[in-house]
Amino acid sequence: MKEEINFEDAMEKLEKIADELESEDLSLDESVKKFEDGMELSKKCNEILQNAEKKITVLINGEEKDFSVDNE
Amino acid sequence: MDIKPITVEELNKYIKNKIDGDEFLNNVYVKGEISNFKLHYTGHMYFTLKDEKSLIKCIMFKSYAGYLNFTPKDGMKVCVLGSVSVFERDGVYQIYVKAMKEDGIGSLYEKYEKLKSKLEEEGLFNKEHKKKIPMFPETIGVLTSSTGAVIRDIINVGTRRNPNVHIRLIPVPVQGPGAEKDIIRGIKEFNEKKLADVIILGRGGGSLEDLWPFNEESLAYAIYESEIPIISAVGHETDFTIADFVADLRAPTPSAAAELAVPNIEDVKYTISTYENRYKTSLKRKIQLMNLRYEKCMARRVFKEPMQKINEKYILIDNLVKKLNSNINNVLNKAKLKLSQNATKIDALSPMKIIARGYTISEINGKIIKTAHEINVGDTIELKYIDGNVKANVMEKTKNENK
Repeated sequence: MKEEINFEDAMEKLEKIADELESEDLSLDESVKKFEDGMELSKKCNEILQNAEKKITVLINGEEKDFSVDNE
Repeated sequence: MDIKPITVEELNKYIKNKIDGDEFLNNVYVKGEISNFKLHYTGHMYFTLKDEKSLIKCIMFKSYAGYLNFTPKDGMKVCVLGSVSVFERDGVYQIYVKAMKEDGIGSLYEKYEKLKSKLEEEGLFNKEHKKKIPMFPETIGVLTSSTGAVIRDIINVGTRRNPNVHIRLIPVPVQGPGAEKDIIRGIKEFNEKKLADVIILGRGGGSLEDLWPFNEESLAYAIYESEIPIISAVGHETDFTIADFVADLRAPTPSAAAELAVPNIEDVKYTISTYENRYKTSLKRKIQLMNLRYEKCMARRVFKEPMQKINEKYILIDNLVKKLNSNINNVLNKAKLKLSQNATKIDALSPMKIIARGYTISEINGKIIKTAHEINVGDTIELKYIDGNVKANVMEKTKNENK
């Protein structure tokens, strides 16, 4: 589940691709390539968001347990 | 002597009773300087309180000493609260200290100010050193008490913004002497095992004394040295601790810290979707643009009537050929004229014409003779006339005088 790409870098790249696509001087071939790259990257970002797992844990003496505020 | 002596023990007991019965001595608040400070292994503290003129023994039992938020040292000026009583065995009176604080109302505040300017000078608060809070941290490390509102607020706000967030708590005491040591250990544990992408250090508000662990120099350095960015949320709005100044980001409340640490997942998704829209729009636009260019191109005459251009060229060629022909004729005619003119000229100069006029050409052995000098008497010369040739023998030769 651990993704290779760094979310922050990925977001930066998404922005860069958008800027490049919007500039006039790309050929159609290049545009299509960039478009595919961008869509792929956004898919990955969404996957990172989806795949994160809700966990509330407490670490005591190096041992990790589920934590709930209700059982105080 | 019929006065009955009493024992030392009885005397001391008597004095003790006297003193214990004194309301004033039961509750004294005394200021002085600590000397001869000894921390017994049992946890009790023994010291002497003195000023320029006088001194008194003091004892602070472990049960009270545990509440101290500073470590007493020789030379320290303090105020102690306690009762005066007698230790019968040694026959000494002393103060049984229940509480002690550093002397002067401002002393804790002074200490805070002094440390703050020291650390500021050392560059611990420098903006350039502050680490960026990651945009989408997967794991939020939290250092606070496992009970109370702080952790509850952080979990509530954090999971509301991102239902899939991982919050990892290392419970630490957040007040009382020595609390900073546990907090430092927590920071180190998060760092050593890379257990979090960002750390929230939090506790609710309180008095300067309550918040004191967050003003400890050692904690300041631990925060400074942490490789994981730290958001401090100590106190409420107005209480700034040293930890707040050193932290990479300061949140006014623990809830605010959770907001800063956990991005709203809907916002992030929306941002991603806006990128996708931008991609689609710009690609669509590019294709439309290409289409437009193609149509514009195809609408040009060369594509609509491809022969037109060629026919135009044919006409051009015809014209050129015509022009070429006329030019050639011109040149030819000029040349013909010149030729005939020259022919007349040449004809006039022809030797035959000269002979026709009565001149002859004389030759010896086919060689034209131009002077008498070339001829000897007896030579046979050939004379050419217009109508035939004559061979003649030379009989005589004379020379012109002037030649």
